Amino acid sequence: MSTLEDRVRASLLASRRWHGAEIAFWLLALAVFWLFPRNLLLLNEIAILALFALSLDLILGFAGIVSLGHAAFLGLGAYAAGLLAKHGIGDPLVGLAFAMIVSGLAGLLASPLIVKGNDLTRLMVTLGVALILHEIANSWGSLTGGADGLQGIAINPVLGLFSFDLFGKTAYLYSLSVLFVLFLVARRMMNSPFGLSLRAIRDNSLRAAASGVPPSQRLALIYTIAASYAGAAGALIAQTSQFVSLDVLDFHRSADVMLVLIIGGPGYLYGGMIGAIVFKFLQDTISAFTPQYWMFWIGLFLVLFVLRGRTLIHGGVKLIMSRLPARVRGKRS
Amino acid sequence: MRDLLRIEELTAGYGEAIVLFDVNVTVKEGKALALLGRNGVGKTTLVNTIIGVTRQRKGVIQFNGRDMSRLDPEDRAHAGIGWVPQERNIFKSLTVLENLTAVAQPGPWNVERVFDMFPRLSERKSNLGNQLSGGEQQMLAIGRALMLNPKLLLLDEPTEGLAPIIVEELLRALQRLFREEGLSGIVIEQHAKKILGMTDDAIVLERGRVVLSGHSADLLADSAQLEHYLGLAAAG
Repeated sequence: MSTLEDRVRASLLASRRWHGAEIAFWLLALAVFWLFPRNLLLLNEIAILALFALSLDLILGFAGIVSLGHAAFLGLGAYAAGLLAKHGIGDPLVGLAFAMIVSGLAGLLASPLIVKGNDLTRLMVTLGVALILHEIANSWGSLTGGADGLQGIAINPVLGLFSFDLFGKTAYLYSLSVLFVLFLVARRMMNSPFGLSLRAIRDNSLRAAASGVPPSQRLALIYTIAASYAGAAGALIAQTSQFVSLDVLDFHRSADVMLVLIIGGPGYLYGGMIGAIVFKFLQDTISAFTPQYWMFWIGLFLVLFVLRGRTLIHGGVKLIMSRLPARVRGKRS
Repeated sequence: MRDLLRIEELTAGYGEAIVLFDVNVTVKEGKALALLGRNGVGKTTLVNTIIGVTRQRKGVIQFNGRDMSRLDPEDRAHAGIGWVPQERNIFKSLTVLENLTAVAQPGPWNVERVFDMFPRLSERKSNLGNQLSGGEQQMLAIGRALMLNPKLLLLDEPTEGLAPIIVEELLRALQRLFREEGLSGIVIEQHAKKILGMTDDAIVLERGRVVLSGHSADLLADSAQLEHYLGLAAAG
């Protein structure tokens, strides 16, 4: 085997290798279960929002598809898992898989509208799809519970062993596990030639096509996958709260997840998670001391953040990510 | 030797504007064609129409025995047409290595062989596309086209705007591709003398029509023709 071949192979594998910072991130995510036992409900919300943001990152950060209606798939997943449980199939993993399939199919059906359009078309189409689903859920009260929400959801213990409790112990570990597994899949996917081809399409769709990458097919595929991820986040909402309301399809869900991704930075998978932590922490902290005006402070933070602070978070994270493997490689050589 | 690319009566353009009129071109397997002409005569349009990014109005583009007229650019690329556009269009958020692997198709050309041809790229394999110099971007654009393992390579002014030392390096690489590797190609070049020595055949376009067609060696030896069709720079 030639030296050049060795170096090329090592270089390709390096991007798939786990960095120290990544391992620390996940260990910390697990450790907070014991460090903050009184905040597990909030932590569960963060994990679910992080999964939802990861889903948006797959299409926005990697494929350049903008969406203002990603809540459509979150809501669809939540209602799918909720309805399944309400009608007697309360196993959370079955519900999770069902929600992912339903949302994924919806994503597949919507994808032809997404892949051909430009950014403005995509914004309008995604927004429109979410509004349509919201209205269907609102009008079809006999199925969804309408404005009163879907009630009577009974979820079985996870793996038949761990029951959901009022304090969010099982909920957090369950949501974190689902987030971790789906993150692993996304990480593998984005470090594969498929992930590279998505970034190539985002950079220059025409050039990618002339290099043999079929943009329409790839965008449809990632949109379907992202929709199923959002559906998984929706299922987690339904299962851990045992309630689904119209709120899951609301516009603010789509707007919030976009903000989360902007805060954390798109295109490197961890942005959604970091953004979810910052967003929920701010929301929780600010609303605690000024319950009426917390949106004002969040808004002010976002304005300042976009103007000044974004490069600090993104730059800091990217610096850590780029430095660590370089040191590892340095020691090895 | 069989025809790899056969273009008959091709008319093409942008929107309502017609740029190419009834163009006939043939590239034989293992042969390289120099596509010459002054600025704005339709050279880039012809190459863009072959890869499918410019609209074909009428005529036939047959590649490897297959009609390409209705195929999308990705299908033409899969059929074996590699394209190195004038703008290079490097994927700027991907590293050099990722630019190459993102489009790789099975075949004799792989990352190792591209790095062997352009050792400079190997040294910069972890750099992002937008961190490369113009010459390195051009090498990467050629390398990326080779990763498709094409049967025909389309090169649109590969030496434009590059330092003389880089131009020499690129021309050596092209010489190797056409002469040693036996790859077929079409090369657009303003400075005819640079490529007539390494191609087999040549055509000259003028106002969207083929006005001269023949062997590269014959055209290279004919200063009067070069001067007439291409001007002093080419002839001198």
